[in-house]
Amino acid sequence: MVPIPYYLALGGIIFLIGAVGVLTRRNIMIILMSIELMLNAVNLTLIAFSRAHGNLTGQVFAIFVIAVAAAEAAVGLALIISINRRRATLNVDEINLLKW
Amino acid sequence: MEWPFFLIFAVGMIASSVMVISLRNMVHSALSLLLSFFFVAALYVMLGAEFLAAIQILIYAGAIMMLYVFVIMLVNVREQMGVRQWNRQRAFAFIIGGLLAAEFLVILLTGFFDLLPPARVVAEGAKATAEIGNTEAFGSVLYTQFLFPFEVVSLLLLAAMIGAIVLAKREIK
Repeated sequence: MVPIPYYLALGGIIFLIGAVGVLTRRNIMIILMSIELMLNAVNLTLIAFSRAHGNLTGQVFAIFVIAVAAAEAAVGLALIISINRRRATLNVDEINLLKW
Repeated sequence: MEWPFFLIFAVGMIASSVMVISLRNMVHSALSLLLSFFFVAALYVMLGAEFLAAIQILIYAGAIMMLYVFVIMLVNVREQMGVRQWNRQRAFAFIIGGLLAAEFLVILLTGFFDLLPPARVVAEGAKATAEIGNTEAFGSVLYTQFLFPFEVVSLLLLAAMIGAIVLAKREIK
């Protein structure tokens, strides 16, 4: 069996890639996809810990994270459609109406 | 026997994640994301969470990715490919990423994982689950101990559904 720390390290790497994606990309779609990557990394970590403790609570939390991710995707993509309709842009640094 | 599979899935997962954040065309990014969801599902199976692997495929690879591809269809992909892809704060972002990586490395190397339960506990827990099956054990935990959070999540999904409809709807003149 592969030891649990390897799964946790993989989760950390994926989270890191997602965080760098959120901070560096301009395209709001890619930023949302990077958030999905980070949520997936957290799920992987939760399930690895659930396995390590022989306890299903981590898996239950993972399913809550999946539900929240679905809600986040729905609202986020609705926002993108709304922004794209008004401003005709997908670049986050051009959506600066509230910036003075 | 598990090691080759773990390595294949882990390397595939990292490669597809890097492709998600580095490709210019967002359709390609979305397809890489889909690939990484399948790799995560495979890792869930290796961790003994078969039910969550199925949920991962159904919800993430099915529903959420369908939503993403649908929205990509509505926006102008070609125009996006021509513009500058990276933020001006990119150097700062890589510094933050480096700090995060250093933190993970410190945690990995300073024996934090010695705090994990010994392998004997792991084997016992896995055996107890395997006796009745992952899905059944999962369901009995979800619908007894976590019944209230489960109901709250259903309310959250309802609110998200209404919010998405209100936000994406055309304005009534």
